[in-house]
Amino acid sequence: MKKYARIILIGLALTTSVLSKASGNAHAEEEKPFDATSHAIHHALDAYEIHLTDNFSIPLPVILWTDNGLVTFMSSAFHHDDEGHLLVERNGMNFAKIHGKIYQVDAGAEHIAFDADNHPTNAHKVTLDFSLTKNVTTMFLVAILLLVIFIRSAKKYNGGKPVAPSGIARWTEPGIVFVQDIAKENIEGDKYKKFTPFLLTLFFFILFGNILGLIPFISNPNMTGSISVTLTLAVITFIIQMANSKGAFWSHILMPPGVPKALYIILVPIEIAGIFIKPAALTIRLFANITAGHIIVVSLISIIFVNKSAAWAGLSVPMTLFISVLELLVAFLQAYIFTMLAALYIGSSVEEAHH
Amino acid sequence: MDLVTPAVGQIFWAGTIFIILLFLLKKFAWKPMLTAVNEREESIKASIELAEKTKAEMEAMKAENEDLLKEARVERDKMIREASETSKKLIEEAKTEGKAQQNKIVAEAQRVINSEKAAAIAELKTQVASLSLEIAEKVIKGELASSDKQKALAEQIANDISLN
Repeated sequence: MKKYARIILIGLALTTSVLSKASGNAHAEEEKPFDATSHAIHHALDAYEIHLTDNFSIPLPVILWTDNGLVTFMSSAFHHDDEGHLLVERNGMNFAKIHGKIYQVDAGAEHIAFDADNHPTNAHKVTLDFSLTKNVTTMFLVAILLLVIFIRSAKKYNGGKPVAPSGIARWTEPGIVFVQDIAKENIEGDKYKKFTPFLLTLFFFILFGNILGLIPFISNPNMTGSISVTLTLAVITFIIQMANSKGAFWSHILMPPGVPKALYIILVPIEIAGIFIKPAALTIRLFANITAGHIIVVSLISIIFVNKSAAWAGLSVPMTLFISVLELLVAFLQAYIFTMLAALYIGSSVEEAHH
Repeated sequence: MDLVTPAVGQIFWAGTIFIILLFLLKKFAWKPMLTAVNEREESIKASIELAEKTKAEMEAMKAENEDLLKEARVERDKMIREASETSKKLIEEAKTEGKAQQNKIVAEAQRVINSEKAAAIAELKTQVASLSLEIAEKVIKGELASSDKQKALAEQIANDISLN
């Protein structure tokens, strides 16, 4: 019973956090119709500050690599301006934040000019933007959490003698054994041992990222729902897969067994494309699942503001609660699927030929 | 479109953080934990195997013990039977021997008695003979103490002779 109460509490907290945010913005733009789409997308995107309430957000460092070298300043310098009205001058260069991106204003320009599509004409996006954004901060947070939790767990085993897990290790050991079993099932022989540390890191990095995105009041960072992050994880998996691939893997791709030679012309390109499609699918699956969850929650809450009546909360809040609980399942499921598929791909590439 | 556009900064940080995290966790968390968990698994497996082996050994020992016990019981029965047989035989032997001894003793005794008897009789005879001689002497002396008597005797003897 206590467990259910906690889940409901978390769900309520989540909805209220989104609620308060959405209501604040709605007040600010009272004359305009409420734009649920932009709200949802904006929420799912990365940001230069951690937006806690309308009046309070944690500024984060902006780190830019420009033509004139490194430029750093706190994101609070923009004063919540997101329309490019305010220019921040550093090292003789002007910077502006437009729709969540930092632009470097061309030399000599005093104001940013926009074209018909609302794109700036006299400024360009800073590509080499190494700012510690909301997502990057979340990554650091996840990394610190993982280090603290698992190094503390590992200390429980010091002593050489086989001991039953105690303390925090009681919680972490089942997860570790679970991931090790994924590795064992998908990678033949003793080779799984080499890849278990990677799969463990992958699984817990994604899982903690997913769960942090579900915790209310810390601005629901969409770290694992960022295509940059999922792409990086997929590429690392791909590099590990390729670096450890054996002859049998390539012979299966270049000379598929049991297939007439005439079909090679069709099959081999498909197989080669498959090598790249797999990490692409990994990237998109995790990104889409997590982002979708975030967008659905904001969209459901937006029902209230689109209809301009608190009575709609009767529909919107239970639905949000349902989706939030579902997202909790998705958080585990997607971490599992990503890890399982990574193990499967690595397993297929390290397999020895057996006929 | 912003949602599906990868950002250089995030890719850089994600890659850096993930790889550093991987190495730190591998060294300080995964290796010790996996080693401990797998070693424990091994030791549990070994313990179970040992327990099963011991159980089988115990079972075998029990069976062996039972066999031994059975054998011992058979042995004991055999010994008891043999002992009783032996004792019976001994008793029987003793009895026969006793009887023989007894008979022998009796026979000996009889022989001794007989010989003693014979000796006694022989001595008796000699004594009787000597006694009768003495008596006869005395009688003759008395008879012949006076001439009358000698005469009477002579007469008597003469009578006897004549009678014969």
